[in-house]
Amino acid sequence: MSASGPNPPGTPQVKSLNCPGCGAAITLRSFSQAVTVVCDHCHSILDAQDPRLAILQKFQAAVDEDPPLIPLGTRGTIRGAAYEVVGFQRRTIHVDGVPYSWHEYVLFNPYKGFRYLTEYNGHWNDTSILRSLPTVNDNVSPATVTYLGETYKLFQTTKAGTSFVLGEFPWQVRVGEAADVSDYISPPRVISSERTGKEITWSMGEYIAGRDIWKAFSLQGNPPEAVGVYENQPSPLSADTTALWLAFVGFLVALVVMFIAFESFARNEQVIQGFYSFNTSVRGEASFVTDVFPLRGHTSDLELTTTSDVNNNWIYLSYALINQDTGQAYDFGREVSYYHGYDSDGSWTEGGHTDSVAIPSVPPGNYYLRVEPESDFGHGTISYSISAKRDVPQASFFGIALLALLVPAGLITWRSMNFEHLRWAESDYAPAGSDDDDSGGANRPISLGNLFGKGSDS
Amino acid sequence: MTQPTANCPNCGAKIVFRWSSSVQTVCEYCKSILVRTDIDLKKVGQVADLPPNSSPIQIGTEGIYNRQAFVAVGRIIYEYDQGTWNEWHLVMNDGSAWLSDAQDEYVVTFAATGRKLPPECRVGQRYTWDNETYTVTTITKAHYRGLEGELPFQYWDKQDVVFVDLMSTNGKFATVDYSDETPVLYLGQSVEFDDLKLKNLRSFEGWS
Repeated sequence: MSASGPNPPGTPQVKSLNCPGCGAAITLRSFSQAVTVVCDHCHSILDAQDPRLAILQKFQAAVDEDPPLIPLGTRGTIRGAAYEVVGFQRRTIHVDGVPYSWHEYVLFNPYKGFRYLTEYNGHWNDTSILRSLPTVNDNVSPATVTYLGETYKLFQTTKAGTSFVLGEFPWQVRVGEAADVSDYISPPRVISSERTGKEITWSMGEYIAGRDIWKAFSLQGNPPEAVGVYENQPSPLSADTTALWLAFVGFLVALVVMFIAFESFARNEQVIQGFYSFNTSVRGEASFVTDVFPLRGHTSDLELTTTSDVNNNWIYLSYALINQDTGQAYDFGREVSYYHGYDSDGSWTEGGHTDSVAIPSVPPGNYYLRVEPESDFGHGTISYSISAKRDVPQASFFGIALLALLVPAGLITWRSMNFEHLRWAESDYAPAGSDDDDSGGANRPISLGNLFGKGSDS
Repeated sequence: MTQPTANCPNCGAKIVFRWSSSVQTVCEYCKSILVRTDIDLKKVGQVADLPPNSSPIQIGTEGIYNRQAFVAVGRIIYEYDQGTWNEWHLVMNDGSAWLSDAQDEYVVTFAATGRKLPPECRVGQRYTWDNETYTVTTITKAHYRGLEGELPFQYWDKQDVVFVDLMSTNGKFATVDYSDETPVLYLGQSVEFDDLKLKNLRSFEGWS
C-alpha cells in the first residue's frame, strides 16, 4: 500500500444528493456505477454520472405507484455473494391490446457488479448478462439458440416497454422506451435477447422459487402465489420422463425374462382328472369326495378346471380342497353356465362350458377334493369333469405386474405433458395441435403414444 | 528486486517504477505525466482531476490469470455514454496485459500484433483471428478522461477514441482500438471476478 503514493484512492461512500427538480434526497447506492438514478418524489430520471444530477426525463406516475416487493436498499445473498437492491422497473408488453407487466429488480455488489431479478405473477428469475455469444439457429421452427452446448427454444418475441422506474440503473433508462425481447427456453433456464437499435444484449435467467427469494432477502410474510405455468418454470415432476420410460422398458424386459423362466420351469403337472354326472331329478345329498392325490414339490398354485355340457342350464360346484395329513381345507365355489337363444337382434350366447380357478400357495401333501354339485331341480342329468394341474404359471400375475409398472409411468408422463402443454399454451410458438407429432412432438419429452400402446398390448 | 527510481522533474518527488519496462508514468504528487528518456524523465502533460470511479481495483492490486500472477501498475480512464470505464495495465512475468473493468464486468486482453484488421467495422460482422470467430457486438465512441500510474507506451493528450468490441461463442473477447491511424487488436476473454483471485482491492463503505 505504501508504494501507491501519498493519496491512496479513498474508500467510495454511499452518496446522498438532492434532486435538482424538487430537492428531495437521492441516494446513490451503487457508488459511481449507476448511469441514471430516479427521483421517486417528482419522478425525474437524473444523470447519475453528472455531479449536478441533470434531469434527463420526467415521467408521470402516481404517488407510491407499484411499490417493489423487495424495497430498494434491501440486501440479500445470491449465489453466495451479497447483493443490494438498487433499482426497480416495470416493463409492459401488449398482446392483442391487453397490457401485461412484469418487474425487474437491479441488484448490485461493488465487486461483482450488477445482476437482476425478474418477477411475473409470482414467478421469479435470477438473471445476469451473458459473457459469451449464443449461436442463433433460425432455420428451424421455432428458432433455437445454442449456448454452452445447450439448446434453447424460442418461446416468444415481444416489444417490451419501460412503464415505471425507481432507483438506479447501469444504463440510460427512459420511461416509454421499448426493446425487442425474445425469450428462448430450456427450463429452468431462459436466454433473452434485447435489441435496441443495432445492439443486442443477451442475458440468462434461471427460475427461482419466490420462497427462496424471501429467504435470501430475509423478507417478512410470504411471496406472492405463483399463478399458472411460467415459460421456464421447471416441471414439478422432477422425473425425467425419458429416463422414466427407459426404466419402464428395463423392468418390462426383466418381467418378460421372469415370465419365460416361470413358463419353462413350471411343472404344469396334471394331478387329477375325473368325469362325473349329476342327476338333477334326484333329491338329497349329492356330495362326494375324490381319490387322494399327491401334490409334490414346493408350495405352488393349483389350477382347477371344471368343464360341463350345460345347455341353457347351470351347475354350481361347492369345492373343498382338503389336506389329508393336516386337515387344512380350501373352500371355494365355481359355476359353469351356458345359455343361448334368438331374439330380434339375432342369436345370442352367454356363459361357457369351462371354468378355471387358481388356488395360490398350496403346500405339498396328500389331498382330496370334496365336491357338492347344485342346479335347478328336474333338468335331467348334467355331465361334468374336474381336472387339476399343479404349478401352473399364471399369466395374469404378470399382467398385474405390468399394469403396476405402466400406470405410474403413464400418469407421471401424462401430468408432465399436461404441464408442458400449459407452458406452451402461453407461447407464440405453441405446437399447432396437441396431438400433432411433427410440430409438437419435439417439445415433448418422448413420443408417448407408441410406448404406451406397446405396453398395453404385451 | 530493485526498482528503478528517479525524481519528478516538476516537483522533485521520488518516482518509483514498479515495472522496469514502463515507458510512461504519472507523478503521484503533482500528477505530471512523465515519459522516460535515455537519461531522465520528461514532463509531457498534466492529468486533470480524475472522475469519481468505483472500480474495486487500484494501483497495486494483485491477481492471477491463467496461472500467471499479475499486478496492476497503471490505468487509462475512458468516458462514454454509460459513465466511465478503466483499462488497467497489468504486469505479468512475461509482459503486459489489460484488465478492462466496465461496471464491474471484467475482461483480460493482450495486444495481438500482425493480424489483419478491417479498416472499419459494423455491428454483426464476423472476423476470425487465431482460429476463433468473433462477432462485432458493440462500437463504443468514447473519450480519454485520465491516466494513472505506469503504461507500456506513451499515451496522453488524447481526445475521441473508438473501440470495437467483439465476442465469440465460447467466452473469448476481442477489442479493436481505432484511436490511432493504425488500429490495434487486443485478444482475450471475459473473466469472473472470483476467478481473478484479486488481492489488495479497494474497500467500500458498508461492504466488507
